[in-house]
Amino acid sequence: MPIKVLVAKPGLDGHDRGAKIVARALRDAGMEVVYTGLHQTPEMIVTAAVQEDVDVIGVSILSGAHMTVFPRIMKLLEERGVDDICVIGGGVIQENDVPKLKVLGVREIFDADATTQNLIDGIERVVAEFGRARKRTGAATPAS
Amino acid sequence: MTRSVPVRVHRDLARAITAIENGYASFGDTLATLPARENGKASFVVGVTGPPGAGKSTLVDRLIEKFRAGGETVAVIAVDPSSPFTHGAVLGDRVRMQRHSGDTGVFIRSMASRESGGGLAPTTHDAIALAAHAGFDVILVETVGVGQVELEIVAVADVVAVVTVPALGDSVQTIKAGLTEIADLFVVNMADRPGASRTAVDLKHMVRESGRDVAVLQTIASEGTGIDDVMVALTAARASESSNAGRAVRFEVVRNIRDAAVRRALAVLDAPRGRSVLERLRAGELTRLEAREELLVYALAEVINAD
Repeated sequence: MPIKVLVAKPGLDGHDRGAKIVARALRDAGMEVVYTGLHQTPEMIVTAAVQEDVDVIGVSILSGAHMTVFPRIMKLLEERGVDDICVIGGGVIQENDVPKLKVLGVREIFDADATTQNLIDGIERVVAEFGRARKRTGAATPAS
Repeated sequence: MTRSVPVRVHRDLARAITAIENGYASFGDTLATLPARENGKASFVVGVTGPPGAGKSTLVDRLIEKFRAGGETVAVIAVDPSSPFTHGAVLGDRVRMQRHSGDTGVFIRSMASRESGGGLAPTTHDAIALAAHAGFDVILVETVGVGQVELEIVAVADVVAVVTVPALGDSVQTIKAGLTEIADLFVVNMADRPGASRTAVDLKHMVRESGRDVAVLQTIASEGTGIDDVMVALTAARASESSNAGRAVRFEVVRNIRDAAVRRALAVLDAPRGRSVLERLRAGELTRLEAREELLVYALAEVINAD
């Protein structure tokens, strides 16, 4: 079954070109991509992820607010009893914040040098290891 | 008092739809994971269809607002196309509906059309039934952007609104078969654009000549103009137990016959008689038309023998 990904664009930053390129690349890799537009709050992101029941939330963040946004998303997911949606992120994120985000439960961070192929491979790996399909059916999601 | 739906039910409904969509579980087992609706009322299912970019999502956003103001809970099932090449999809209908995100009386789910060609996903009717079971009063179903023949919405909706925009063609377009035949309501959106009244007049003529009672309304959904008229028409259709029931049954039967016929014909292709037809077709001994007729005769013979 296709992997379903929410491409989320939190906060005030108005640059969604990268997010749209990512959405298109994931589509071409056979994924079903939910795109919700600009200026999303963590509450909006988590509501969309729950209703859409995605495998992955991919957060594109360039504004420097990642240490505020990610903890909030992780907390909201927990509050809503969701433990099988993988959260990943990309954009402008300082290297020394990456381990802190991983401790929070963020599965993968892609830096500005990552190619769309890195992203596709990363998502497939994360879903195969931690994804909802594995948890709900007892079977690993095929990598492609 | 405006009703809402517990967040837990949102999560369970979302998971139930995934289970059906991806074939993890049967419909019956999935239904059992949801609490049964309390008020015993049937949901009102509104189909919104029309060409790409006509403003379907924006109209749905406005309708959510109106139904919520009336105190009813709303589920939206929005279908966007899957690539026939990669099976991937970009599901973008939520973008227009984001302001309802904080309202727990609203549940929005996107579905990729997957292998279906009828304007809905193969499991959209199950998703509607699940949302109804979970207690949503109104279910708005938005199809993919359609052309003229993706008509499956008529089999699942109580009322179908066909959304169009000005100047997509002359009056001949309005008398063509297909999309114009399934409308319980026409909405000419972007009515501030040139040609809107011409389009509305053409549609009204077509409706009058066909002897049906179908409203033709003009809206500017992005500004909220004309939405009250749409609500009046939907409410009237809801009260009148619309004539759609008969059409829906007929459509369902036609689809079943078509699916069954295709299945049987394909089964014949794998049998020795079918293979011989294909070989003769390849060798140029039969024309395509002759081959088709021969295969149909075999397929029908199978049906008759089975009875």
